[in-house]
Amino acid sequence: MSTEAAGCTRPTGGPAEEQTNSSETKQQQPSMEVQAMIKVGRKAPDFTAPGYHKGEFINVKLSDYLGKWVVLCFYPGDFTFV
Amino acid sequence: MGVEVLSMSIDSMFTHKMWNDHELAKMVDGGVPFPMLSDAGGKIGTVYGVYDEEAGVETRGRFLIDPDGIVQGYEVLTPPIGRNVGETIRQLQALQLIREKEGTEATPSGWKPGKATLKPGIDLVGNVWKEWKTDQAFD
Repeated sequence: MSTEAAGCTRPTGGPAEEQTNSSETKQQQPSMEVQAMIKVGRKAPDFTAPGYHKGEFINVKLSDYLGKWVVLCFYPGDFTFV
Repeated sequence: MGVEVLSMSIDSMFTHKMWNDHELAKMVDGGVPFPMLSDAGGKIGTVYGVYDEEAGVETRGRFLIDPDGIVQGYEVLTPPIGRNVGETIRQLQALQLIREKEGTEATPSGWKPGKATLKPGIDLVGNVWKEWKTDQAFD
């Protein structure tokens, strides 16, 4: 978790690529859609994402939480109920 | 419990700040205690199978990730249904106990702290009925 300076651009995160993903395997499956890769007992896909935490804009990488239990919650949108 | 919470939606971190400061801080003293993350474009939600492309939002997915980064359980609900936080906590308590016992104990249906666990092994085959009664499935 690192503190980010707030700029005018709207930062985005995304899946963090595993190092084993070579460009070769990507070329072999050029039109393959991104599929959900979640299975219990398998690794949670790593990602980085900007966020807000206690008055600061931060950047979070899921793999920085290794060694801890994590509950990751998605929801439709701010100002809706959770 | 030693569990970190991360929330994520397609809203920007600026919107998160406004929502926290102007509404959520009125519900929770000091505001939201965990990081509120932004997945603009739904790239992460797509990988997790919770991004609804038509609606452009993420569904109510909840993933339990252990200290090794392994997904131990998940639940995905459509937007109108709120979650049951108590059940999430119960599942984490079960997962933490199983991890602590290194697989020598399992938590049968209806288990919650204080209720009996099962000890998987050859002696239990065909004998679960002696160890576990159906009323234990309920509170």
